[in-house]
Amino acid sequence: MSDEVRDDGFDDLLDAVADGEGFYVECDEGHGSLPPRLACPQCGSQELSEEPLPESGEIVTYTIVAVPTPQFADDAPYVTAVVDFGPVSVTGQVRGVDPEDVETGQVVGIDVDETVTSGDRLLVFERR
Amino acid sequence: MSDPRVAGVGLTHFGKRPERTGREMFADAGLAALDDAGIDPDDVEALFYGNFMGELAEHQGHQAPLMAEAVGLDVPATRYESACASSGAALRDAVLRVRNGEADVVLVGGSERMTNIGTAAATDALSIAADDLYEIRAGITFPGAYALMARAYFEEFGGSREDLAEIAVKNHEHALPNEYAQMQQEITTEDALDAPTIADPLGLYDSCPITDGATAAVVTSEEYAEEHGLDAQVAITGTGQGGDKMALHDRQYLSRTPATEDAATEAYADAGIEAADVEFLEVHDCFTIAEVLALEGLGCYEPGDAIGAAGRGETTRHGDLPVNLSGGLKAKGHPVGATGVAQLISITKLLEGRHPRSDAVSDASTAVAHNAGGTVASATVHVLEEVGR
Ligand SMILES: [Zn+2]
Repeated sequence: MSDEVRDDGFDDLLDAVADGEGFYVECDEGHGSLPPRLACPQCGSQELSEEPLPESGEIVTYTIVAVPTPQFADDAPYVTAVVDFGPVSVTGQVRGVDPEDVETGQVVGIDVDETVTSGDRLLVFERR
Repeated sequence: MSDPRVAGVGLTHFGKRPERTGREMFADAGLAALDDAGIDPDDVEALFYGNFMGELAEHQGHQAPLMAEAVGLDVPATRYESACASSGAALRDAVLRVRNGEADVVLVGGSERMTNIGTAAATDALSIAADDLYEIRAGITFPGAYALMARAYFEEFGGSREDLAEIAVKNHEHALPNEYAQMQQEITTEDALDAPTIADPLGLYDSCPITDGATAAVVTSEEYAEEHGLDAQVAITGTGQGGDKMALHDRQYLSRTPATEDAATEAYADAGIEAADVEFLEVHDCFTIAEVLALEGLGCYEPGDAIGAAGRGETTRHGDLPVNLSGGLKAKGHPVGATGVAQLISITKLLEGRHPRSDAVSDASTAVAHNAGGTVASATVHVLEEVGR
C-alpha cells in the first residue's frame, strides 16, 4: 500500500492499461491470468507470454458496495464487477454510470482511475 | 486404523466482548474442553490452533504457544491460518495426527477477537482473505465478494433475495434456545428484506455478525478413549480438504464451489458414506448464499436446487435435512478462527443429545461439518458419526 514502492507486475499492468496497452499473461495452453506469474495458475505451465488484453469485455457479475473498507470510505456506494475479457477475467469498479443502471452482459472497456478516498490507483470499467 | 473420538468440547459465549483478550477466551474454551473430557491434562500431546486476524486485531502473531500456555499446557503448538477455515484446517491435521498413531490426545480449537477494533477495521481485516492486488484494491469487501457470487448464482440458476431471507429466518429460529449464540432473536422475512443493504443484493440479515469467541475440543484415539473409560460417543470418521483459485475472477465457476466438492468427495470416501447418508449438517453460512453453495457443493442438492430449501422447510429443524441447528454462523456468530471447531462442537452435542436442538435429530447418527475460507478458496469437510460407548 506504500506510495513509494511499486508492486512488480501489478503496477506494470496498471501503467500499460493507462497507456491503452493493457495485457494479460497467457500460457502455451492458452490459459489467461494476471501478472506477476511465473507459472500458469490453471495448468502450471511455465511457458508464458504477455498478450494484448482485448479492447472490451462483458460484465458477468457485479455488486453495489454500500459498506466499504476504510480505504473506500468516501467512494461508497460504488460498483465492483467481474468482467470477462475472453482469455482472462478482471475485477474492477464500474465508473461513469448510475449504479442502478449496471447490468450483467453490458460491454465495457478498461482503464485506470483513482479512488476518491485516498487517490490510490485502481482498475475501472467504462461502458462501450 | 481406528477413528479418532471427540472426548470433550468447550466454548465461550459468542458475541461482543471487545475487552476480552484472545488468550483469555481460549483459556476459557480450552479448560472447559479438558474438563468435559475428564482427562489428565498432562496426557495432551499437542495443540492445533486456528486464528485468522490476530496480527490486525491484537497485534499478536505466533499465537499458538501463547494459547497452549493459556490453558496450562507445555506442548508443541501450531497456529493454522486458512481465513475462516482456520480451525477446520487445524482439526483436519489433529485428526490425521491421531489417526496415524502419532498422538493419542490432542487439543484443537481457535479463537478470534474482532469487535475491539470496530466495524470498519474489522471489515478491512476480513477483506484480506481475498486477493489484495486484484480484488481488495478494486474495493472488494467480504460481503461484496459473496454478493458477486450471489448475483452470479441468481443469473445462472434463478433465485431471489426472498429465498435468501428464508435462510436467515431459519438460522435465527434455530439459535433461539442456544445460550452460546450471539443472536437469540427471531426475525421475519420482512425484517430481512427491509434491512439496510451491505453489498447489493446482500443485506444486513444476509450476513453473519462480527463476533468474539473461542472454541476447543479434545480429540483422542479410540484406544485411549477405551483405556480411560471416556464417554466419547462421537467419532470423526472422515476428513477432506479442497482448494480453489484465490480470486473469483480466476475461477471456473462463480456460482459453484469446487473446493467444497473436492473436500466432500474426499471426506465421504474416507468415511465410507455417500451424500445421501448425511442426516444433518453444520455448514459455513457466513452469508445466506454461502449456505446454498455449501449444500450444493456437499452433494446434498444438485446445483441450482438448494436456493429454495429453507423456504420449502427441508433444511429447518422440522425438515428431512436440518442445516445449522446451532444457528449457523449467521445467528450463532462467526469468530473466524474458532468457527470450524464450533461446528464440531455443535454436531458432537447434537449427536450426544445434550444440545438444545438435539430433539430435531434424535434418531440421527451421521452428520457433516463444512468450514470454508474466504470465498471458498479453502474448504474442509468432516464426517462425524455416533458410534456408542
Ligand atoms: Zn495454462
